Amino acid sequence: MRITLKVWRQSGPHATGRFETYQADQVSPDMSFLEMMDVVNEDLIGKGKEPIAFDHDCREGICGMCSMVINGMPHGPHRATTTCQLHMRSFKDGDRVTVEPFRARAFPVLRDLAVDRSSLDRVMQAGGFIGVATGNAPEANAAPIAKDAVDRAMDAAQCIGCGACVAACPNASAMLFTAAKVSHLGLLPQGQPERYRRVLGMVGQMDIEGFGGCTNFGECQEACPKEIGVWTIARLNGDFLKGSLTARGDKRGGGDAA
Amino acid sequence: MTGAAPVAVVAENWVARFYGSTIGRKIVMAVTGIVLVGFITIHMTGNLLVHRGAEAMNHYAAFLKGNAPLLWGTRIVVLLATILHIHSALTLTRRAATARPDRYVRLAPQVATWSSRLMRAGGVLLAVFLVFHILHFTTGTVLPSQFVEGEVYQNVVRSFSITWVAAFYLISMLALSMHLHHGVWSLFQTLGANHPHLEGGRKRLAWLLSIAIPIGFASVPLAIIAGMVR
Repeated sequence: MRITLKVWRQSGPHATGRFETYQADQVSPDMSFLEMMDVVNEDLIGKGKEPIAFDHDCREGICGMCSMVINGMPHGPHRATTTCQLHMRSFKDGDRVTVEPFRARAFPVLRDLAVDRSSLDRVMQAGGFIGVATGNAPEANAAPIAKDAVDRAMDAAQCIGCGACVAACPNASAMLFTAAKVSHLGLLPQGQPERYRRVLGMVGQMDIEGFGGCTNFGECQEACPKEIGVWTIARLNGDFLKGSLTARGDKRGGGDAA
Repeated sequence: MTGAAPVAVVAENWVARFYGSTIGRKIVMAVTGIVLVGFITIHMTGNLLVHRGAEAMNHYAAFLKGNAPLLWGTRIVVLLATILHIHSALTLTRRAATARPDRYVRLAPQVATWSSRLMRAGGVLLAVFLVFHILHFTTGTVLPSQFVEGEVYQNVVRSFSITWVAAFYLISMLALSMHLHHGVWSLFQTLGANHPHLEGGRKRLAWLLSIAIPIGFASVPLAIIAGMVR
């Protein structure tokens, strides 16, 4: 396969970026998108040029490290996959492919396609945890939890924090990420003690980081490699409303990492 | 990392904290949206009296005018709801614009509906319409030659006989339809009403209101253009 790549190159956080065009001639349809990028980089290194910086780690679709907006879609055109699990068979011979970094004020570009997503970590630090004693896993049936709650908590817990929801959102909103974390913890009994402080803290931090607001476009749900639904956003909104009305004067509501 | 974003505020006071947050502002938009949908539903129902003739319409208008607490109570509530609705929309729009300073050369929307994408543009058109509408039918400032205080039915018939007035009104009703189509569904989501039992219902309600309300309003100029109301 021959693929023409139009890739965003930016030498540092404050440098001016631009697109560069590269030709990849020896692409196998069985390569993952990242493997194809590796081949392009080998070629660049061989020519004494700077390789394209991009994030990756596990390359098996579970770590959330790879990013990239491919032809206008975070993680590319294949549904429910990360970039590392996107294979070149999803493209046609001779395709022109545009590759950009995830773009958001809260995700500053570090270099080329690698962005700093630590804003999501700070949202987690503002409430994305539970305060129970840790130790050995408890006996499985010790805490009765409704099947429906378990299913929904597990669906929400699939979030790998990749930030595709932010990248796909026309408002660059982090609502789906925050909602997934809040739903995953708030649906389970272990998450109840901090339930409303968590919501207020995480939403407060989300706003501080400069993400946009949610306008219910639904693009995040479509881009999510783990297919997390916007039902979590409705749940987050409901918990935020309840928390705001009942936690008035609760000064701890602002979270720990403001 | 702090963004000098227009909305983000962490305040001690819960009201400031609530309205300072993006979700708080969306909830305000949802609640004021319900107030406004309620108002236009009643307004539209009243307008249908045009089809029953001059006496019915003018009698209803005189009843409203004669009941000052009802009239001014409604006006104040609707005005407040409109101001809060627009303020939330403007500040959230500005925030969304600053949340992505470097734009994509290519972003391919996958599922966003036209009604959701035209929320902001349609909202601006509706705001312009609203100002025109009040200056037109309430105060008689624009088109004063067509306006006689208290002759509501005759004012309506005279005005909508002018092509551009009727056309602007009908285009605004199309914008209202799209605004309701996304807004009514969206407000359930914003207020956390997402029980699986509601899923079909909230979409159907959005469709119903986005068709019924604008058609009710539009029936007045359409009947006048067709010569059924004169």
